[in-house]
Amino acid sequence: MSLRYGTRIILRRRGLYAPAYVNTSQSPLLARSWQRWSSVAASPASERVLFPGALNSKFTNALEFTRPSATEAIPTYRVMDQYGVVIDEHSGVDTTDEEALKLYSHMVTLSIMDLIMFEAQRQGRLSFYMVSAGEEGITVGSASALNPSDVVFAQYRETGVFIQRGFTLDQFMNQLFSNCKDGGKGRNMPVHYGSRQLNIHTISSTLATQIPHSAGAAYALKLQNLQRPDLPPRISCCYFGEGAASEGDFHGALNIAATRACPVIFVCRNNGFAISTPTADQYRGDGIASRGAGYGIQTIRVDGNDIFAVRKAIKEARRRALEDGGKPILVEAMAYRVGHHSTSDDSYAYRQKVEVEDWKRRDNPITRLRKWLEDRGLWDENKEKELRGKARKEILIAFDKAEKEKKPALRHAFTDVWETLTEEQKAHMNELRSVIERYPEEYNTDEYEGGLDGLKIEDSK
Amino acid sequence: MAVKPPVMRALSRSLSLRLRQAPRPSSPCSSKQLRTYSNEPTKARLNGSVDYSSTPLLNHISQSCLANPELPQHVRQSKTKRINLFQAINEAMRHALQTDERVLVFGEDVQFGGVFRCTMGLAQDFGNERVFNTPLSEQGLVGFAIGAASEGMRPIAEIQFADYVFPAFDQLINECAKVRYRAGDTGMDCGGVVVRMPSGGVGHGALYHSQSPEALFTHVPGLRVVIPRSPVQAKGLLLAAIASNDPVIFMEPKILYRAAVEQVPIGSYTLPLDRAEILKPGSDLTIVSYGTPLYTCQAAIEAAEKDFRCSVELIDLRTIYPWDRATVLESVEKTGRAIVVHESMMNAGVGAEIAATIQEQAFLRLSAPVKRVAGWATHTGLVYEKFIIPDVTRVYDAIKQSLDY
Ligand SMILES: Cc1ncc(C[n+]2csc(CCOP(=O)(O)OP(=O)(O)O)c2C)c(N)n1
Repeated sequence: MSLRYGTRIILRRRGLYAPAYVNTSQSPLLARSWQRWSSVAASPASERVLFPGALNSKFTNALEFTRPSATEAIPTYRVMDQYGVVIDEHSGVDTTDEEALKLYSHMVTLSIMDLIMFEAQRQGRLSFYMVSAGEEGITVGSASALNPSDVVFAQYRETGVFIQRGFTLDQFMNQLFSNCKDGGKGRNMPVHYGSRQLNIHTISSTLATQIPHSAGAAYALKLQNLQRPDLPPRISCCYFGEGAASEGDFHGALNIAATRACPVIFVCRNNGFAISTPTADQYRGDGIASRGAGYGIQTIRVDGNDIFAVRKAIKEARRRALEDGGKPILVEAMAYRVGHHSTSDDSYAYRQKVEVEDWKRRDNPITRLRKWLEDRGLWDENKEKELRGKARKEILIAFDKAEKEKKPALRHAFTDVWETLTEEQKAHMNELRSVIERYPEEYNTDEYEGGLDGLKIEDSK
Repeated sequence: MAVKPPVMRALSRSLSLRLRQAPRPSSPCSSKQLRTYSNEPTKARLNGSVDYSSTPLLNHISQSCLANPELPQHVRQSKTKRINLFQAINEAMRHALQTDERVLVFGEDVQFGGVFRCTMGLAQDFGNERVFNTPLSEQGLVGFAIGAASEGMRPIAEIQFADYVFPAFDQLINECAKVRYRAGDTGMDCGGVVVRMPSGGVGHGALYHSQSPEALFTHVPGLRVVIPRSPVQAKGLLLAAIASNDPVIFMEPKILYRAAVEQVPIGSYTLPLDRAEILKPGSDLTIVSYGTPLYTCQAAIEAAEKDFRCSVELIDLRTIYPWDRATVLESVEKTGRAIVVHESMMNAGVGAEIAATIQEQAFLRLSAPVKRVAGWATHTGLVYEKFIIPDVTRVYDAIKQSLDY
């Protein structure tokens, strides 16, 4: 049904009330009921007029502007307090002890990998790294509430999603060292992971571009869910920072996801900074959550330091996203970026060290869950030591293995640009090969798999 | 805190072997980091021979800087200061902000100095009204610049990396470049816009921190595209861009921000936006380039002139569009051979335009086909960058082939 068609009918019959859902995303079911509505006569003395652009608006003679600053900020959903104490025992944490231990171990593994790789970058052993400190609960927790078949689009600070979904330490290290076992063929900067098996799209450095992709993918899934009712329905889930949410792509994505009723969860990690830019320079509304209403999208703000709250919010978001044929949901997860933006950044150039130390002390998703585990008698110092020792050892083993591997074959500089190599590319490969052959002392091809032979065209697609 | 992070030093110890302390980078893609994790061949004579501390392309002493005939007389009698390229950019904006109250400087992370430190101190010294952070939206901030310029300001908008200019493509191509033409006598104009952006490879930028998208902008009438090679050039060309009544895309080779250091006049001066510069005269072959590859060319020329007893002319295009066709053609008329060198991909790159123009206008004078040494037809994959972007060997080889033709 087209909105314009419906509107025309309404206009002809004049003065109709429109149902309350019109400004939110429309499912086929609702659309049908609206059509029914449109054939009901209304009184000419109606308090609402059916301007096609705002069908629910009542008339008022009060000259009042909406004042966002006058309305209370959207609350932040929590399950447990800062001390790991569950606030409402009745609704609980919706997580088994076993699951909780697993989540904890994933967050700890992530934080240890971050420390090691950050340090390794400082030693010049890899070109770049980004840590998740302070946001482990958002990524690990949200991923744990999704179905493994759900499709994920990430920004770059979502290593926790990869860990939770089963990306192995070897896979991380192979990507970070851009070696020949890296699925991305050594093409991307470190932390730009991806995996079709795990349904996580390969990360791109360009901010916000993945947000509309997630809407389109969700639409594909929506249709596929209909076409294959025998399979469990899928949604897509998209992560981005509050900085990226300033891009036009964010707006375009949320709007089209709403108009096409796409089953997608938009997860904004609001960590207070976009590199150096504080949120006060990024937006003047009530965070990112307040924008949901503008697109007609159901929204929740959640405490990112509370992994149980994140899980429950995402679980419920997923349920809603699949309701009535599908709809987008916006989740704003609040955090503080404890680490530097990346290894290329020194954040003390724009924020006080004490502020960071304060935050670390005050609250943190890992310590909070640990307190909860300890209170339940599930955790103690020995277990902590054991977990940390084991995680560190495993990471370092994977690290050493990956660092020793060769770089991918040189032909992969050219493959996959088009589906097959073009005539021009083949000429370029031959030219490069010829230069290296004629000036062998100028090039080191040994560190690449197959050396100069790795440039052979016969071996390329 | 209940959970103790492992001690850093202990970690370093466990990261077995090869503890090479890399310098702490202060900006993304800092060039100093480069060599530690990529092995350079030890016997190389050509590749890796670019030496910024001795290259004749930089003014290592005051006298050579002030001998530049393009500088106004009073500047040539003034003092100089040894600074790098990001400092030169900073100085240019500082002069502009000081002398013209219409000048604004803004972009992502500009307030604390920018990720490449180009705007350091400007917000403190000129206030948050004129130097400020924008929200993270390139289309937003470039459109904002166009609007401000069209109401009489001189905005300098910074795009954090040239790779991220594309959200602003519509604003630049359909608006910025066309406003004056579209308006005609109705009187609108956004000539004061300057859009600055760091561009080019640094060795480990991969797909999205290495691109040189100048050719995408040279295909657009109405924009001026400028790429400086050095601190002196950057300062003078940027001040000229700010003064220009045409919108200017100003691409700053980011590897040069710290690598290129030279004596720069202290005062304010502009350099022409319509003239190429002959950096080194020669009689047998002309090399046309701009930005970082000029240093590659210079090193290749030094080796080739020794090995082949030839004389090569090196031209810095500087303004990539509109470009100085006369200087290039005059040179080729003299030498009969030409090579164009740039980082970005060969197909439909700037080299294609220059080669075509030479072929059209100096065909009978040519002793060899015009050669292009450029990026191959691919993206800049992380571990392949040094094979994709032209190196000294490829330029040296092109010189040899052109001479042997
Ligand atoms: C289109 C685009 N513009 C600019 C950048 C440079 N950049 C990389 S990360 C970043 C800040 C992102 O902040 P946010 O989205 O809040 O995520 P966070 O890093 O805080 O997790 C910027 C400006 C980019 N990668 N892409």
